Amino acid sequence: MTAYLNPGLPQPMAAPDGLDAAYWEGLDNDRLLIQKCRSCGIWQWGPEWLCHSCNSFEMDFEEVPAQGQIFSYERVWHPVHPALQQQGAYLVVLVELPQAGNVRLVGNLMGDPQQAVTIGAVVEGVFEHHTSSESPFTLLQWRVVERAT
Amino acid sequence: MDRSLRGRVAVIGVGETEYYKRGGSPDPEFKLALKAIITACENAGISPKVVDGFASFSNDRSDPSHLAAALGCAELRFANMQWGGGGGGGSAAVANAAAAIATGMADCVVVFRALAQGQFGRFGQGPQRNTISGDMAHTVPYGLMTPAQMFAMKVQRFMHDHGVEQPALRSISLASYEHAQNNPRAVMYGKPLDEATYDASRWIVEPFHLFDCCQENDGAAAMVLVAAEKAKDFANEPAYVLGAVAGSHHRAGAGVHNAPDYATSAFKTVAPRLYDMAQVTPGDIDVLQSYENFTGGVLMSIVEHGFCPPEACNEYFVKERFVAPAGALPLNTSGGNLAECYMHGLGLNIEAVRQLWGCSTNQVANAEVSMVISGPMVTPVSACIFAKESVL
Repeated sequence: MTAYLNPGLPQPMAAPDGLDAAYWEGLDNDRLLIQKCRSCGIWQWGPEWLCHSCNSFEMDFEEVPAQGQIFSYERVWHPVHPALQQQGAYLVVLVELPQAGNVRLVGNLMGDPQQAVTIGAVVEGVFEHHTSSESPFTLLQWRVVERAT
Repeated sequence: MDRSLRGRVAVIGVGETEYYKRGGSPDPEFKLALKAIITACENAGISPKVVDGFASFSNDRSDPSHLAAALGCAELRFANMQWGGGGGGGSAAVANAAAAIATGMADCVVVFRALAQGQFGRFGQGPQRNTISGDMAHTVPYGLMTPAQMFAMKVQRFMHDHGVEQPALRSISLASYEHAQNNPRAVMYGKPLDEATYDASRWIVEPFHLFDCCQENDGAAAMVLVAAEKAKDFANEPAYVLGAVAGSHHRAGAGVHNAPDYATSAFKTVAPRLYDMAQVTPGDIDVLQSYENFTGGVLMSIVEHGFCPPEACNEYFVKERFVAPAGALPLNTSGGNLAECYMHGLGLNIEAVRQLWGCSTNQVANAEVSMVISGPMVTPVSACIFAKESVL
């Protein structure tokens, strides 16, 4: 599979302190894992050491379907990194996960970068594996399943 | 004791270096800071030796101990850094300086910001390294990495929620550029902007055209503050701090764009505290400086400070309203970050004081209540109101 963006952007690494290691490992295995509090059951993202609701430190990473809705988006034109010089416009989406307490993830919206984007459109995740890299990694991209009405 | 800063501290001097396009400064950043501070002290009619405190924001690199040593200050009593990047701390630095003076921690505090993007690197470029971890690992590999890209996501959602159209953003840019044409200090002096040029300008990231984005500059700005009881001993008319507050709403700093209330300039909890402290309402504001890294933030800030309901933006945001002297709400009267200089917004605080002194290049007649909104993007944000003695 061809990656959505040209190669050469900084590639993600699990934080050295281990906080989000389970998330990145999950993506490598085609699984989306989001933080959930063992104590009060609330979903949380970005990852933190404790639950913002009950302040328990017992945080798990639990699998959720890679399905969501577009909460916001932007079409980027100006290249701010050498790797993007030949890219042309691209789409970044902020996706809400209704099955994980509406936490949000950032990704790219696959398909024509000039497509009309609809806030509220239903999207599904696509695991984009970068295996040719010295340290392989996976990004989670999105494609439209159903436009919002 | 009354837990308020209202009327207890005043600005008695301001100073700026020449403002340069990024990379254009002949001086390094620390020297720029010294020059602005010396100029502000001269403007106030004090010796720099009596400065006993410094307050800044956005991780300014000019260390207060080093500044005090270089200036030969008799004693350093207050050294303060407001956490948070971007321009959110501009008015918070004023608030912190005022709080130190009001509580007797220091007598004469300089609020300053120095920035040499030519020397230290640009804000508008992504990180140039092979790997990235932490919060940024969840955005940068998707091509979301600069302030414009971080903020466009919020503004897009706000515009969607309230039906705001592009001309509303354009009005802010046009007003700034019009003001800059009367301001010889402005980097965009002599470079007017019209509607057609704005409309034809390239997209940076939708909904921001080139002219919706601030400049990147080199320069420095400084203000001198003392207690109200002493403020009348100096040449300039005191510009009293009527209110100065900082903060942000519940979990505004949640990672990876997860603030529960997302499409906001983060002023919904801050603005009411500002008006409470200052004991004024939006209708009392004679002139407004509102931090613009991008026009969308000005729009959201003005809404959240109660000047305009969100659903009325398309009618409210027209250039004529914002242009001094005739406009109903003169806005960014120096040209601001878009067209004067991006001094991380501290230039806006100086312009607010200048309006009270009657010496703006786009002077509002009889300005008595002059407001600054600092930073709608990186939290905590802040805001302050300066006023003449007649308002106290």
